[in-house]
Amino acid sequence: MTGWPLLLDTLPQVQRDRLFTLADERDFRAGSTLFDEGDVADRFWLIRSGEVALDVYVPGRRAQVVETLGPRQQLGWSWIFPPYRWHLGARALGPVRTWEFPAAEVRELCMADTELGYELMLRCAALIADRLQATRLRLLDLYTPHGSVPS
Amino acid sequence: MTTVPLPYRVTAVSAETADCVSLEVTPVGRALPEFSPGRFAMMYAFGVGEVPISVSATGDAHRLVHTVRAIGAVTGALCRLRAGDVIGLRGPYGTGWDLDAAAGSDVLVVAGGIGLAPLRPVVRHVLGHPGHYGGLQVLIGARTPEDLLYGAEPEHWRRASAQVEVTVDRPGPGWHGSVGVVTTLLDRVDWRPDRTAALLCGPEVMIRHTARALLARGLPARRIQVSLERNMRCGTGHCGHCQLGPLLLCRDGPVVGYDRAQPLLAVREL
Repeated sequence: MTGWPLLLDTLPQVQRDRLFTLADERDFRAGSTLFDEGDVADRFWLIRSGEVALDVYVPGRRAQVVETLGPRQQLGWSWIFPPYRWHLGARALGPVRTWEFPAAEVRELCMADTELGYELMLRCAALIADRLQATRLRLLDLYTPHGSVPS
Repeated sequence: MTTVPLPYRVTAVSAETADCVSLEVTPVGRALPEFSPGRFAMMYAFGVGEVPISVSATGDAHRLVHTVRAIGAVTGALCRLRAGDVIGLRGPYGTGWDLDAAAGSDVLVVAGGIGLAPLRPVVRHVLGHPGHYGGLQVLIGARTPEDLLYGAEPEHWRRASAQVEVTVDRPGPGWHGSVGVVTTLLDRVDWRPDRTAALLCGPEVMIRHTARALLARGLPARRIQVSLERNMRCGTGHCGHCQLGPLLLCRDGPVVGYDRAQPLLAVREL
């Protein structure tokens, strides 16, 4: 493992530097809302420390946490595709330190530097595939008892 | 190894979760040989039947601990035992974890559900032998917070220098920890594929996906050990119920190197 966020883990230094010219350091207090479901997805974050809970609003109940993200992980991919709206909400579970990237500028950079754009989109596609696969695995309810096995 | 059950008396019963108990047993007369981490016993509930259960604490031949989940008639009967009851025990069976192969390396333990039970002795062994191993990372996945085993013990492991991460599939209102599959924790802990030995136990689907994730991050298959679930009946490699290709898992497993297990797990029916 390197200390880089997974999105940038194997990205060539020159491309990483180019991307980081757009980044700002941004911290969030415990309990703060990074975004709500349906908000405009105009930025995304790479988590440096702390944890963020992704949730779904369920009328009549408290928001249901569906996944948590932690250090080195990317928060948000809805900024890639129109209509650029968040599918989930995000709250800081504790103090969270991030690098914040403006979505429109990153998309423009990807268009202008298609090599970087291709590399970045490959990584985002892998992230989306991972999250899809993780969701499917959880739907299987793997820990339900079955069979006679050494426990 | 004996194939005749020896009488063991239940000396302590600890409720771990709503459907799991840990049974501490001691021999009434002659004792079985000492169990190493990952090996299992055939536990006989008199008049009901016997089941294979891994040892969840090792290091004392006269005091064995097994964690049992009530999923059928025999395990249900075992979970209803009280201190003073007597059961039959034979073993130890199976291969156990190859901790010699992990010596000098960081140890990455990945447990799903009750898969933590056979790995608990590994964690205790590694923490009890500082200098023999590098770092210790323990990743635990469970269905809900209420299904987590061993109470505060993972916190003790954390205090004893292990990196411990826990995640659940379904959080309750009071849960402030991680939510998601156990593979997501691989990026939360500090491990390096060039100096790590990984030990995995849990549902087979979880094992496959975790092993693939480890391979994708550069850990060689020969550095991954998995404990496989199959229908074990005799414990001695004779009945054939636990066959996985050329392996009879009660004899050649349950712990198998992933370099050997990987092609077998890819076959849907053997």
